[in-house]
Amino acid sequence: MKRANTWAAYLQVSPLALVFLLFLVVPIATIIVVSFFDYNTTQIIPAFLLQNYEELVLSPVTWQTYGQTIRFAIITWALTLGIGFTLAYFLAFHVRSATWQTVLFLVCTIPFWTSNVIRMISWIPFLGRNGLANMTLIQLGLIREPLEFLLFSDFAVVLTYVHLYTLFMVVPIFNSMIRIDRSLLEAARDAGATGWQTLWTVIVPLCKPGIAIGSIFIVTIVMGDFVTVRMMSGGQSASVSLMMMNAMSLLQYPAAAANAVVLLLLVLLTVAAMMRLVDIRKEL
Amino acid sequence: MNGRRGPAFWLLAAFFALFVLFLYGPTLTILVLSFQGPQGGLTFPMNGVSLHWFGNLFEKQMVGDFAGSLQRSMVLGLAAMLVTVFASFSAGLAFRSRFHGSAFIFYLAIASLIVPSILISLGIGLLFRVLGWDTAWYSSAFGAHLTWTLPFGLLIMFAVFNRFDRRYEEAARDLGATSWQTIRFVVIPILLPSLIGVGLFGFTLSYDEFARSLYTAGTFNTLPLEIYGMTTNVTTPVLYALGTVTTGVSFAVIALALVSFAWVRRRRLRHGSDAGKAA
Repeated sequence: MKRANTWAAYLQVSPLALVFLLFLVVPIATIIVVSFFDYNTTQIIPAFLLQNYEELVLSPVTWQTYGQTIRFAIITWALTLGIGFTLAYFLAFHVRSATWQTVLFLVCTIPFWTSNVIRMISWIPFLGRNGLANMTLIQLGLIREPLEFLLFSDFAVVLTYVHLYTLFMVVPIFNSMIRIDRSLLEAARDAGATGWQTLWTVIVPLCKPGIAIGSIFIVTIVMGDFVTVRMMSGGQSASVSLMMMNAMSLLQYPAAAANAVVLLLLVLLTVAAMMRLVDIRKEL
Repeated sequence: MNGRRGPAFWLLAAFFALFVLFLYGPTLTILVLSFQGPQGGLTFPMNGVSLHWFGNLFEKQMVGDFAGSLQRSMVLGLAAMLVTVFASFSAGLAFRSRFHGSAFIFYLAIASLIVPSILISLGIGLLFRVLGWDTAWYSSAFGAHLTWTLPFGLLIMFAVFNRFDRRYEEAARDLGATSWQTIRFVVIPILLPSLIGVGLFGFTLSYDEFARSLYTAGTFNTLPLEIYGMTTNVTTPVLYALGTVTTGVSFAVIALALVSFAWVRRRRLRHGSDAGKAA
């Protein structure tokens, strides 16, 4: 019976395992192998060279681009954490009925179901030279000339990240908060803690797993992003993925692959550091 | 927190309201602007009201192959939905018992979530190139989408099975049901709402997926690729019409899911007391 169960489990898990093997493990292995290949203008040549990595590491552009991507990741992380935590706190501790919690939650989730590219486009009539933001500010007499930095700038990129991805922070943090035993808060109050003290010494530590999961989502999304940077920076900023795509469009596949391996390592190390804070399987 | 709502509540409520405005404002703007008159531009003011740009959207020569890509994305989304529901449910069953390699497969699923989409896209594209195969939306892109939908499906199934009362299954077995009958007539009906949820998630994740399609879709574009292409070379309110239509499709899917939930619930109420009679 025991053995039959094990076989059944293997059979049941096999479709999932097969997909991951064929479309995750093998492709990543391919990237690693190709990153050592040689290439010329027309084809890639099997070889074992470190040249692709050398060129990558020695180019100042690489360092600038990685620096910019990491900067975007950190700024976005800080903003989404602040905003996401506040929203989750409101939903978990100030909205009292479960029905209202669900309704407000749905309100936050609905935009998530529309295409990201469309949601980016929708900032254009808002932020453009003649957009709503500039028009309003001019009519209010706050500015004379339209602000140029609103659209196609780093500001627009970060704004779009926050717009698109804050939800990824809200959900796990809310999930942590909702499990906090309310009697702990009462105990804190009885012991004489002020509201802030309760927040910092009771709620925030108990939310760590949620914060970690949300942070993993945000950081990995921003580090791998290219659509937002390309559409919202108007070509003024770069990201690691964009750099990789440029190499791809020049048919320099091994160079792109080497860059991909470095990016992958960076992402995995970041996530590994965050995972030390949390056991994901316990959180479900 | 008890008794009257303090100033903290109103401050936080205002913050929440601002955030909702921030979420919805831009989308509502383009919704309105997509009904721009034929002479109108990309920003306000409205230059009349018309359906001109919606008509424009479906003229093939004007803006590429919108209808074709919509169709492909729908088929791809449905296929991803079916496979995601089946594979996640099946894996969810398997993960209830500890087997060799279960931790490894779990970490693969997590890796599939956190490895940037563009790397998976690149990897599959390279793999097909090295093997000399052609990428296509129904093969390579399908696989790429599954690496995105399946981890979500699996994590949802974990959460669902953690809350599932195994005594229902034991009762079924005690009454002489085979393991297949237990799954078919006990487990699946109880979990049906969650399975619909997984399916809905799978569909929308695939339908909206851009990065994973980029190097895997081959000759024919899926909808997000088509939209992205249009954003770089179309500068008329057709873009907004496109936004309105795709948003409409997403909402139709949600509505469909809600209707199915209601249907399952009604069915349960009606059949609530016939335990043992069915089949």
